[in-house]
Amino acid sequence: MEHKHARLDNLVITEIIEPNTNILDLGCGNGELMSLLVGEKGCTAHGIEKDEQAIYECVEKGLNVLHGDIDSGLSEYSDESFDYVILNQSLQQVAHFDTVFREALRVGKKVIVGLPNFAHYKSRLQLFFLGRAPVTSSLPYSWYDSPNVHFLSMTDFIHYCSSRNAKIERSVFLGEKKRVALLPNLFANVGIFLLTK
Amino acid sequence: MKEKSIGIVKTEYFTFAGPPHELKLECGEKLGPITVAYETYGELNANKSNAILVLHALSGDAHAAGLHQADDKYPGWWDTIIGPGKAFDTDKYFVICSNILGGCKGTTGPSSINPKTNKPYALEFPIISIQDIVNCQRELVDHLGIDKLLSVAGGSMGGMQALFWLAKYPERLRSAIPIATALKHSSQQIAFDEVGRQAIMADANWKEGNYYGATPPAKGLAVARMIGHITYMSDQSMEDKFGREKKKEVRPFKFTADFEVEGYLKYRGDLFVKRFDANSYLYITKAMDNFNLLEGKTIQTLFKGIKAKLLVIAFKSDWLYPAYQSKEIVRASKLSGLEATYCEVDSTYGHDAFLLETKEETHLIKNFLKKVYGDIEKNGA
Repeated sequence: MEHKHARLDNLVITEIIEPNTNILDLGCGNGELMSLLVGEKGCTAHGIEKDEQAIYECVEKGLNVLHGDIDSGLSEYSDESFDYVILNQSLQQVAHFDTVFREALRVGKKVIVGLPNFAHYKSRLQLFFLGRAPVTSSLPYSWYDSPNVHFLSMTDFIHYCSSRNAKIERSVFLGEKKRVALLPNLFANVGIFLLTK
Repeated sequence: MKEKSIGIVKTEYFTFAGPPHELKLECGEKLGPITVAYETYGELNANKSNAILVLHALSGDAHAAGLHQADDKYPGWWDTIIGPGKAFDTDKYFVICSNILGGCKGTTGPSSINPKTNKPYALEFPIISIQDIVNCQRELVDHLGIDKLLSVAGGSMGGMQALFWLAKYPERLRSAIPIATALKHSSQQIAFDEVGRQAIMADANWKEGNYYGATPPAKGLAVARMIGHITYMSDQSMEDKFGREKKKEVRPFKFTADFEVEGYLKYRGDLFVKRFDANSYLYITKAMDNFNLLEGKTIQTLFKGIKAKLLVIAFKSDWLYPAYQSKEIVRASKLSGLEATYCEVDSTYGHDAFLLETKEETHLIKNFLKKVYGDIEKNGA
C-alpha cells in the first residue's frame, strides 16, 4: 500500500539495494525509504535525522532513528559497519560536503547518493531569461529560505566522485515522473548514484 | 482510545535473602532479609512475554500508577503514562514497579528494623549501589516467574537502573528505555547531591542518623529537597511559573519567603519531609554518585554483543542530566551496533520534563513498545 504513494527516488533506491542488508540512512526524514527497505527487502535500517517531528514519524513506523546532525554523527561508526550508507537529498544540505562524503564511504561498503540537479534546463532558462535564482520541482525553495547549501549539477558530481576516487557503479536519472536516459545533466531533476571506494 | 486510570491499586510485599542466604552487596557486606514493596498493573500473559519493569527516580516509590484509595489527592508518580491506553498500556502489558533498596516506602532501607538489634538500621545500613538495587529487582522478577522482560524503563536514577539492567542482564530483557539519564554522574551532579547531604547532616536533629523515634532532621532534608527542585527545573520554566511575582500576604519581617518561587520551594521542601526519610536520601544519592557504568569498561565494548532494542530520550532544557549524557549512551550503542532510537525532545521543563512531557513520551514509548512486542509475535518468543 505504502508502495503506491512512495516517492520515485525511494522506489529506485529500494530496487538498487540488495535484500537483507544493513543500512544507514543519513537524513532519513519521515522514514519512508527505510520503511520500504525494511518491509520489501528485509533490511536492518538505522536513520539519522535532525528534525524532531520527523523522528516521531519514524518511531511511529517502528524504525530505528537517531536524533542528530549528520555533519558530526558518523565518527563513532567503525569502517564498513554498513552494507549501504544512503544520502538521499541530504548531502546538498550538510555544512561539510566533503567530510560527510568521505565518512559515508568509510562506514559503508557502498554509498548511495541522491542529489537535485541544479543544471536542469528549467533552472537554466529561469537563470538565463528571467535573471532569477531558479525554483523547480527538485529545487523548490526560494533563495532566501533554502535548506540547500551546495548547488551542483549532475556533471559536477560525476567529476567530484572521480576526484575523490569514488567509483560510480550505477547511476539513475529521474525526471518528475519517470527515468531520464537522454542528456541527464539537462533533463534530470534528480540523480541517484551507487558508489564504491 | 480514551485514557483512563488503572483505578485502585495495592502495594504488595516480597521478602527474600533471609539468613543464611543474605544478599551479597557490591560493598562486600551482606544484607538480609530484604523486603521489596511493589505494585503491578495489567495482566501477565500466558507466555509471560508482556512484562515491563518501570524504575523510579530518587524520591519515587512503588506506587507508579492508580490510586490507593478512591479519595487520594494524587495518583502514582507516572500515572500520566501508565494505564489503559497510555504509553505503558495496561490493557496490553503487565507493568511492575518496586521501591528501591535503601528507600523508605516499604522496601528495606535505613529506616527499617535491623533484625540483629531490633532497632532501625540508621547508619548501620550498608552502602548500597545501583547494582544492589537492580539485583533486588531481579529477585522480584524471578519471584514473579518472568524470564525475559519486554522492557525496563525509567527516568533519571530510574534510567541508570535501566542502563544497568541492559549492560549486566541483557539476556533478561528485550528492550530498555533510559530517559534523561547518564552512564555516570558528572562532577556537577555529584556536587549538587553533596550539598543536599551536607544540609541533612548539618541539621542538629540528624544525630549521626539516629533520629528515629525522635525529631527528624526536617530542616536539613527540606533544604536538600529545595536544592533538588531548583536543579529539576529550568531557568525558563521557573520564569514562566513564578517570574518575580510576590506573595499576596504582607509580611513584616525581613527574610520571609516574599517571592512566589521562595514560597514554592519551601512548600515542596515541607511536603517532602512528611514522606521521605533523610537517611534514605543520603544512601540513595550516594548510590547515584557512585554509579559509573563505564568503570573498567570502554565505551566501545559497553554494549557489545547485546541483542536488545534501545530507546533513549533526553530533553533540551535539562541541565541536570544534559542531552550530551544521553548522546554518550547513543554513542555506546552506535559503537556496539545496538538497534537504537534517540530523541531530544524540545521541552522547557528542565529535568522535570521526564514526568511532564506526556505527549511526546507517550508517542515515543507507545510506538517503540509496539515494535518490540510485535517482533516477538513475528519471530516467536
